[in-house]
Amino acid sequence: MRLADLVRFAGRALGGHGLRTGFSLLGVAIGVASVITLTGLGEGARSYITGEFTSLGTNLLTFVPGKTETRGGAPLVSATTNDLTVADAEALARRVPQLRRVAPISMGTAPAGHGDRSRNIVVLGTTPAYLAIRHLRMASGRYLPPDEPNAPVCVLGSKVASELFGSSNPLGQMIRLGQMRFRVLGVLAPRGQSVGMNMDDVVHIPVRSGLRLFNRTGLFRIVAEVSSSQAVPAAEKEALAVLQERHGGVEDVTAVTQDAVMATFDRIFNALTLALAGIAAISLAVAGIGIMNVMLVSVSERRPEIGLLKAVGVTRGQIIAVFLVEAAFISTAGGLAGLAGGFGAGRLLQHIVPELPAAPPGWAVVSAVLVSVSVGVLFGSLPARKAANLDPVEALMRSRA
Amino acid sequence: MIELRGITRSFLVGGRPVHALRGIDLAVAAGEYVSIMGPSGSGKSTLLNIIGCLDRPSAGSYRLDGRETADLSEIELSRVRRHKIGFVFQFFHLVPRLTAVQNVELPMIFAGIEPRDRQRRIDAALDSVGLSERRDHRPDQLSGGERQRVAIARAIVMEPAVVLADEPTGNLDSSVGREIIELLERMNAGGLTLLIVTHDPEVGGRSHRQVRLADGRVISDGAGAARPVTTGRDPATAADPGGRP
Repeated sequence: MRLADLVRFAGRALGGHGLRTGFSLLGVAIGVASVITLTGLGEGARSYITGEFTSLGTNLLTFVPGKTETRGGAPLVSATTNDLTVADAEALARRVPQLRRVAPISMGTAPAGHGDRSRNIVVLGTTPAYLAIRHLRMASGRYLPPDEPNAPVCVLGSKVASELFGSSNPLGQMIRLGQMRFRVLGVLAPRGQSVGMNMDDVVHIPVRSGLRLFNRTGLFRIVAEVSSSQAVPAAEKEALAVLQERHGGVEDVTAVTQDAVMATFDRIFNALTLALAGIAAISLAVAGIGIMNVMLVSVSERRPEIGLLKAVGVTRGQIIAVFLVEAAFISTAGGLAGLAGGFGAGRLLQHIVPELPAAPPGWAVVSAVLVSVSVGVLFGSLPARKAANLDPVEALMRSRA
Repeated sequence: MIELRGITRSFLVGGRPVHALRGIDLAVAAGEYVSIMGPSGSGKSTLLNIIGCLDRPSAGSYRLDGRETADLSEIELSRVRRHKIGFVFQFFHLVPRLTAVQNVELPMIFAGIEPRDRQRRIDAALDSVGLSERRDHRPDQLSGGERQRVAIARAIVMEPAVVLADEPTGNLDSSVGREIIELLERMNAGGLTLLIVTHDPEVGGRSHRQVRLADGRVISDGAGAARPVTTGRDPATAADPGGRP
């Protein structure tokens, strides 16, 4: 028997029960659409986070005081023995050739004021290298000066500038930070929220000025940019060796690579995507049971037809094929409809939340379609078997009643 | 071509055996026109189903064209039904969603016949049953007589050797029933072996040979228009090639 005939025969049989077919098809469509939409969401969240991280700089290596066992994520600091110092940062820049730029960071909050305006603000003490490492740009003026780690100067984030100065030009003006006064050298271009920190709501000052302001000797951390991603492991090893040597042989610094952080996020979001796919897969299984139900009804309604098919010499295998093709027909059509629906929902979502690039991953699309087809075959096989096992004499007799 | 020896068939109904056939011996030669008659419950339909390879006997031997059907696999039995046997039923058993043409096409689809050949054979079959119009109508748009014509066209479209008709006129009024019988008789005259199960003495009386069943046994087998209860059979009839000793 020809496949085209089989498909046409199955199509006609389904067409005879349009509504019933339509509803079981809808079940599959919803299942596939939810797989595609939900995995698209998970994937979108993942690439959003990845994008945010790379916007903070690439091939970054961060040194945090204290030694921890875990890598990636925010390190849980154990007993700190030695501070990280500005001299450590300078030594790294000098002695580790793979580090293209090194920026020491001291950090804290301080009340910032200009005239009668005042508020608490995040203050970041660093060096000029920081601008390039974080991919920041100036809106006006210039960034922190090189070789003047003690200078009483500052650079304002765009939000700080507008809050303290309104529409007037802050360049050359003085602001108060705690008990100290700083001259404004420049204003940063707006950047927005970046992974838990609003880069526009920060005041940058030279690193030693920062340490003095917060009355500390140790740095918050050191951020370095490695020349290439391949060089990151070597740079990490060498930098840690330099720091260990400087700290009297004690391993008391933790290096966090950006890759490790991103890998952690990748794992988290992949798990999230898989969980969403799993939830959606349940709806596909429910849809499969729906198909089975519809096919069972169809088999018992078509007993005389099945009896007749046997009487005209249709084999068991052919009868199984007829019902399997019908079931696969429903699930495939449902799968395709779900595909269209899923991508439609993705588009709509993107329209509502443009920041989220909600594109479903390829594996989810392919497996949703493959699964939907096999759902039909899987759940259609029981009804098909039931049809093939009907006793033709009984099937033909029953319809007389 | 049909040789039955000691055929029995019993079913379990509610856990108790019911003997539908209790030892049937019957031989039918190619080209014969035989009616199988008897009261309801006498085993007529069961016998026809066994001859049509839709049902298997509980015991006994059924040789079709010299081959023992008990030795055939399920697939081989399907092939036998496909190529050698055409069924005509009291309730037509047309597939309701398919048109007349599509119903006639049905056996050929599953037999894997090329679409080119199919059209030609459908035309020939429908012409031979005298249904030249209303071919694209579905069964519910056809009269009873037209439906049975479609069913007969479907039965002969695979060019079988035997047509088995189970009460073909049972659901038709008498004048339409007569037309259907005459149609089947014309096909028999063309060489087709014809077995008709009926309880209508007028229909049965037209056949060349009547086999009467009662209680699962053959009680008479012979030619001529037998009267309702007579068991008269004529051993000289040529149409009985030694089916009974």
